[in-house]
Amino acid sequence: MAMVEVCWHGRGGQGAKTASQFLGEAALDIGKYIQAFPEYGPERAGAPMKAFTRISDEPIYVHSSVKNPDVVIIIDPTLLGAVNVTEGLGDDGILLVNTDKSPADIRKETDFKHGKVGTVDATKIALETLKIPMPNMPMLGAFLKVNSIVSIDEVSDIVKAKFIKKLGEEKTKANIEGIKRAYAELKIG
Amino acid sequence: MAQTKSKKIPLTGDQAVATAMKQIGPDVVAAYPITPQTEIVMYFSNYVANGQVSTEMIPVESEHSAMSACVGASAAGARTMTATSANGLALMWEIVYIAASLRLPIVMPVVNRALSGPINIHCDHSDTMGARDSGWIQIYCESGQEVYENTILAVRIAEHKDILLPVMICQDGFITSHAVEGVQLFEDKLVKEFVGEYKAAHPLLDVENPVTYGPLDLQDYYFEHKRQQSESMKGALKIMPELFKEFEKTFGTKYDFIDTYKLEDADIALIALSSTAGTARGVVDVLRKEGVKAGLLRPRVFRPFPREKILAALKNVKALAVFDRAESFSAEGGPLYTEIKAALYDSDIKPLVTNYIYGLGGRDIFPDDIKKVYSDLGAALKNKKVSNPINYLGSRE
Repeated sequence: MAMVEVCWHGRGGQGAKTASQFLGEAALDIGKYIQAFPEYGPERAGAPMKAFTRISDEPIYVHSSVKNPDVVIIIDPTLLGAVNVTEGLGDDGILLVNTDKSPADIRKETDFKHGKVGTVDATKIALETLKIPMPNMPMLGAFLKVNSIVSIDEVSDIVKAKFIKKLGEEKTKANIEGIKRAYAELKIG
Repeated sequence: MAQTKSKKIPLTGDQAVATAMKQIGPDVVAAYPITPQTEIVMYFSNYVANGQVSTEMIPVESEHSAMSACVGASAAGARTMTATSANGLALMWEIVYIAASLRLPIVMPVVNRALSGPINIHCDHSDTMGARDSGWIQIYCESGQEVYENTILAVRIAEHKDILLPVMICQDGFITSHAVEGVQLFEDKLVKEFVGEYKAAHPLLDVENPVTYGPLDLQDYYFEHKRQQSESMKGALKIMPELFKEFEKTFGTKYDFIDTYKLEDADIALIALSSTAGTARGVVDVLRKEGVKAGLLRPRVFRPFPREKILAALKNVKALAVFDRAESFSAEGGPLYTEIKAALYDSDIKPLVTNYIYGLGGRDIFPDDIKKVYSDLGAALKNKKVSNPINYLGSRE
């Protein structure tokens, strides 16, 4: 398997960094080589930010940021007009967006004609499961649907291990529920 | 808990350092937080607060005080550590020199960050390159794994009775300090055994054998003391290989002063420190597939300067690019470049040599940038001369 490179677009405070790390940690747990790192700028809640995950069967030596992601994940739909989210996304690229719109609508909006576009209303799922608008974990679920490098069970294990102490059982379960729902509800077009 | 099939655990470079410090369990840590070193101090303070280490943690009000407290503690006979970055290192400058001059084996992880101004929090090597003449041993690390291992190794280097010099363990700010990678940790017991118990040769607190640290030393003996420091740095070149071997025997990782990649038969080669060498490794693979004989050399140790090792590794190289993530404003190129050129002068090999200053203030360096340098070297080889001795890679013209 070649290296998979994922670019997460979010706004400060939406958990893009956490999601990028959980994906990496789940992959590390099954013996893959990983990197997960945010793009550090002026750190402000609400400001556009990026985080990256690299996963590979071979050791990863590259230490620059990701220029040509295989998958781009938009945690905040308001970034679509603000940031060039399809930059560097190749012909086989996958664009996953947290939105109530259809993949066809997103294709029109972004002018992205290649690869795949997936949409899921991750904010709604987060509100219904977690009761707060924190769409990062559902978007992680959306990724798992389009890339099988790690399984939903492996990610759930990491989420459990990470959240149980910090958030308690109920909220941990709600996070995993959010991942599973987005996995099931992702529309691809 | 998740079933852990891999023994590696996800850590940032800063967490890796803090973990090594926890396992070493120094007697004293005096530190002041500064981005991007902050997490080291933060995690280590947690270990102290939770009783996981019995270290005396001295939270000071500045880096000048941090290094001053380290000097006091180390002279008293304590195994002493601190950590810093950029302006923090600059603020402790006066005492950095004193620590080395008093031959105090202080170990200091440094997370490389650009010096102000303009103010910038991202990676370059201007901070530690500025301190290259301070008398500290300097080790540069490519990854979180390496910074973890070198922090443990540094304790033995610093405290070796025939070295007794402080050591900086440098890693790239944010690039490795804040990136999560899988890090293979060693057992606490093995680390404890490897570093052993520290017994200072001449502690101030040994009242039976009183000693003086830092007295006035004028025309009469200052010169001889400087000479001893210099001889000790030269001697470190002979002693460190023993410690590399012992480290390999204990933990399995082979260390040397330099790390090379496909250099044996390379016509063109690049020299770079720390994480950039990792990025270059992938470029070498791509070029090798295209039939280009490209290679890579990464000095792990910059002080003392491993001249013989570097020259031996470069013996077949015809054109060479030296990467500097620091500008020394000499109008003669960056610090690594000038040292490499000086080393080549009285050697038998005379490759074409060129300098690329890059990545200042955290400007990202991509595989394509590095590929361009190898292509420049190819052209230099053809023309039998370099077009520009000093280049600024990735800077707007």
